Amino acid sequence: MIITVASGKGGTGKTTVAVSLAAAIQADLFLDCDVEAPDADIYLKPEIQERKDVCLLIPEVDKARCAGCGICGEVCQFHAIALMGEIPLVFPALCHGCGSCALNCPEGAINEVPRILGLVESGPTPEGIQFARGLLNVGEPLAVPVIDQLISWKSAGDGQVEIRDAPPGTSCPVVASLQGADYALLVTEPTRFGLHDLKLAGQLVRELSLPAGVIINRDSPRGVTGVERYCRDQGLPVLLRIPLERSIAEGTARGRNLIEIHPQYQQLLGGVYDKILGQQRNSFPAAGPGNAGRREKT
Amino acid sequence: MKQVVVLSGKGGAGKTSLVAAFAVLSSMGSGKNSTVLADTDVDASNLELVLSPVEVESREFRGGQIAVVNQANCQGCGLCETVCRFDAVRLVSGFPVVDPLACEGCAACRYQCPEEAIAMQEQVAGRWFLSDTPYGPLVHAHLEPARENSGKLVSLVKQRARDLAESEGYEMILIDGPPGIGCPVISSVSGADLALVIAEPSLSGLQDMRRAVEMARHFQIPTAVCVNKYDLYPEGWEKIRRYCQQHDVELLGNIPFDETITAAMTRGQPVINYQPQAPASKAIEKIWLAVRDKLSRLEA
Repeated sequence: MIITVASGKGGTGKTTVAVSLAAAIQADLFLDCDVEAPDADIYLKPEIQERKDVCLLIPEVDKARCAGCGICGEVCQFHAIALMGEIPLVFPALCHGCGSCALNCPEGAINEVPRILGLVESGPTPEGIQFARGLLNVGEPLAVPVIDQLISWKSAGDGQVEIRDAPPGTSCPVVASLQGADYALLVTEPTRFGLHDLKLAGQLVRELSLPAGVIINRDSPRGVTGVERYCRDQGLPVLLRIPLERSIAEGTARGRNLIEIHPQYQQLLGGVYDKILGQQRNSFPAAGPGNAGRREKT
Repeated sequence: MKQVVVLSGKGGAGKTSLVAAFAVLSSMGSGKNSTVLADTDVDASNLELVLSPVEVESREFRGGQIAVVNQANCQGCGLCETVCRFDAVRLVSGFPVVDPLACEGCAACRYQCPEEAIAMQEQVAGRWFLSDTPYGPLVHAHLEPARENSGKLVSLVKQRARDLAESEGYEMILIDGPPGIGCPVISSVSGADLALVIAEPSLSGLQDMRRAVEMARHFQIPTAVCVNKYDLYPEGWEKIRRYCQQHDVELLGNIPFDETITAAMTRGQPVINYQPQAPASKAIEKIWLAVRDKLSRLEA
């Protein structure tokens, strides 16, 4: 069972919900997929025991063999290699590592060499949850290869529960964090921004045919009411409301999860998990395990 | 013409509320017609929700291409599946099927196909808009969910804002940046004269602020910090202050925890308009002056 916690809007409380849910149900594996700005480690305090570089294969031109034909630059869709005078010049930050230049070089003059984009690391938390995260190097644009590597590096076995903390937004890094997931848990807040971005996240999970539910964070009688209406219209169950409370804001700022702040969240989040399981059983077959996202694990 | 980009690393730190307030301040007094606004958070563009924009122009954004197989020419050799590094092509009963979400648009399959049965097709990935607001023109965009190339759309939004600023003599472009430090963020900071990182005094806010500052500095963009909800966690604020001191990053100001900000957003207004005397509004005004001051010092 893989649950990805996502949101559209940033700062709605994805990480707070993800780490608290993992603690409440004693998840087997926790993946922090927000490789640009990962924070779950602050709450889960893992002892990192394994590390691995994440590499992309980029071209290196063998000048002795290169005939200066320029085909490499013509086939590259990302402007990552171009003829400068007679010799192709590589722009590593633009390269997506597709290997097309090497395949097309008539002289066999392009070798592919690994370039480090970031790393993945893993270790147990004091509560015995297996933790892993990816970290994109500062200055690197491509988050997706790091997320892909993280997800294929550590995955929950049969009957195990994996919680993933996704990055904000709705573009490729979020899609990568949803690949292979069984359920999308959307965290929102009852503000105009929250509602606007929840709609985008809702559209995304629908496109992926993924069962989903919503947690409304910072709930307040003064909040916009449109969130509930939207959820009702879309058939998205509201699984929990977390009130707007200074004590929660202060607690999470110090790196405490919801259960450490208010012990009743142990039971409340256990209830959320039961509802997710219930929804899973009742969901249509096409949205069954492993059908969502970009690809299935091989 | 100056470009100021507001970043945060962590989402939800208050970028959009701050930019909306800056937009109002920039349009006051002699500042009329001085600023072009640009929302580069194309995944979740929220600036439009508080600036009452009236659309002037709207265009399709085509970005990102995917491989399309012409089954009539395909011999089912499977080379396309072999060369694809993104697991986007799979043979189903002997013929290739492309997963549009996984396809990176690299065209490796197109060039390898011996039958020339694969073409690359551009996708409509979103729209961009030019709108009028009471505080100046706004360039913004909507990227459709699950699309790639947000960096390209960010560049396009910035290019439009720059063209407008140059042709009509605006003094400043104020950019609302996306969260994170990856591709769309790098596009949003490129060429900026100042990156203002808004941080929350939480442990996660501190961690993400550091990554945003490091990223902006990596690209040699002058960088400053301001803190939102600074009184929520005094030890966290102290950590930010010390980080700024140790790394020679100027701390331009602190915004107190003030529910007026949320109330203003709920009403779809910049906080400066909603309650100009609120503690948050006063603090933001000070930060705006510090930003202007910092820009003139950078120029000198």
